[in-house]
Amino acid sequence: MENPNVTEAVRAHWRAAYGLDRPVLEQFAMYLTSVARGDFGWSFSLQRPVIDVLAETLPNTLLLMSIALAASFSLGILLAIAQAARRGSLADRIIGGVSLLFFSMPEFWLALMVIVLLAYRFPVFPIGGMTDPVIHDSLSAGGRFVDVVRHTILPAFTLTLLFSAVVARYQRAALLDTLPSDYILTARAKGVPERSIIRRHALRNALLPVITLFGLAFPALLTGAVFVEKVFSWPGMGLVIVNSIDTRDYPLLMAAVIIGSVLVALGSLIADVLYFVFDPRLRDER
Amino acid sequence: MSADSSMRARKGTLFRRLASNRPAVIAVVVLLVIVVPCAAAPLFAPYNPTAQPDIIALRSQPPSLAHPFGTDPFSRDVLSRVLYGGRVSLSVALIATLVSITLGTAYGAVAGYVGGALESVMMRLLDALLSIPRLLLLIAIFAAWRQLALFPFVVIVGFTGWYGLSRVVRGQVLAMKGQDFVISARALGAGRARILLQHILPNVLTPVIVAAALGVGHVILLEAGLSYLGVGVRQPQPSWGNIIQDGSDQIAHLWWISFFPGMAIVMTVMAFNVLGDALRAALDPRLTPAP
Repeated sequence: MENPNVTEAVRAHWRAAYGLDRPVLEQFAMYLTSVARGDFGWSFSLQRPVIDVLAETLPNTLLLMSIALAASFSLGILLAIAQAARRGSLADRIIGGVSLLFFSMPEFWLALMVIVLLAYRFPVFPIGGMTDPVIHDSLSAGGRFVDVVRHTILPAFTLTLLFSAVVARYQRAALLDTLPSDYILTARAKGVPERSIIRRHALRNALLPVITLFGLAFPALLTGAVFVEKVFSWPGMGLVIVNSIDTRDYPLLMAAVIIGSVLVALGSLIADVLYFVFDPRLRDER
Repeated sequence: MSADSSMRARKGTLFRRLASNRPAVIAVVVLLVIVVPCAAAPLFAPYNPTAQPDIIALRSQPPSLAHPFGTDPFSRDVLSRVLYGGRVSLSVALIATLVSITLGTAYGAVAGYVGGALESVMMRLLDALLSIPRLLLLIAIFAAWRQLALFPFVVIVGFTGWYGLSRVVRGQVLAMKGQDFVISARALGAGRARILLQHILPNVLTPVIVAAALGVGHVILLEAGLSYLGVGVRQPQPSWGNIIQDGSDQIAHLWWISFFPGMAIVMTVMAFNVLGDALRAALDPRLTPAP
């Protein structure tokens, strides 16, 4: 790893420049105080302030995550409704089996297989990146938008496959938990059709546990994004994290972990707020 | 009825319940089919996993009778690598999970049983630990080592996977604490350690066993991911994750290198998940068996 052409004097100069010659504890204290002031330091590999790199890549990750989040919650809940309406049927078992399959799959492996199938064997979509490196800048505004959409489809599709499986499993269990309730029995006794029981009576209450899942979705999607961004070369925070492993760019890596933890905390906060909105019992307590 | 005979009675029904659960039986068969050849890799592997017999003539061969999973650009046999890699991946997952469930059970049981200020501190610490994404934390830790031996790797993975379980165990211990059999034990003069180990712990094992089955599957995925990123099991030692990584550079042409270890992961993790669900259903009398 060490370059023999770099003299000890040069080494000492750079160590001093980055403060790496100080005691570890002092370095750590310096790091904490600057992070508290919003300064995440200097990226060794990109020779830019870490905060600039994150400001540039975080929106791309959030774009991918919000598409995947919206798609996988809609798809997952729909699948679970279909399953719960016909418990034990062939459709229920097939959907359950397929969700379990995607639930048990390494994110990066699915991304690789999606690329093999839909970018190489049947070259329908671009292999990676967020824009076409050659023609993007010469396109009209509409053309650029279409270009980004084309590049977004495969990574978003991969994340959606992975995460809707989690949502469907969770939502099905939540629906089956509410079905033995008295109010469901009452609705059945009144002659309400099964379909409407699931959609109008059970789903409303069964959505509450799924809100918790929404909070948990943030770390899961962030993890998924690390792999999916790496495989699809999507210029987001996940790719920055992976690249900073290879370049041993610790300031960048540390900042990304901190931002990740903040996102997780933010996810639980959003889930708590949503609970308050959707559960009248919590509102009435005040 | 003594605790001992009730455990024995439950074991009997547990086995019968699992045997009548068809997905669980299939899962066990799948696991045996994968685990046995991996564990006894030297007996089952057709070639040496690191040998490069003929780097010109035998490189990058697609699957054939002689090489069912094909060969990689170094002419190594992918099937043999998957078997030896499975040995590594599976033992990493088993040992790391063992570390996790031991820590999680101990931490949760102590917090729940001791209670008071110590419990509050322990649970707040847990909240803080839970907010750090596991994968990112492990990446940050392992990126600091240029060469990390397998044993510290496994232990560190295990040390980051016990938070959820200890919350559950604490809840169960809290529920058990006020039960009559615990109060009777205390009235008979049993000490704290004896009550916790002999009377409470056997009754909170259900979530621990379920967490162990699901945890193994989860750690297999985690190890694969870390190895794929180059911070897990390092070359030349094969693991399912880093064999997939081997093939990922030329995935368009050499799909078989990544495809087969990935399938091994999917089938193993699926089997552990099915087994975990089946164990949960069989051990929890409140749950009616899944249709």
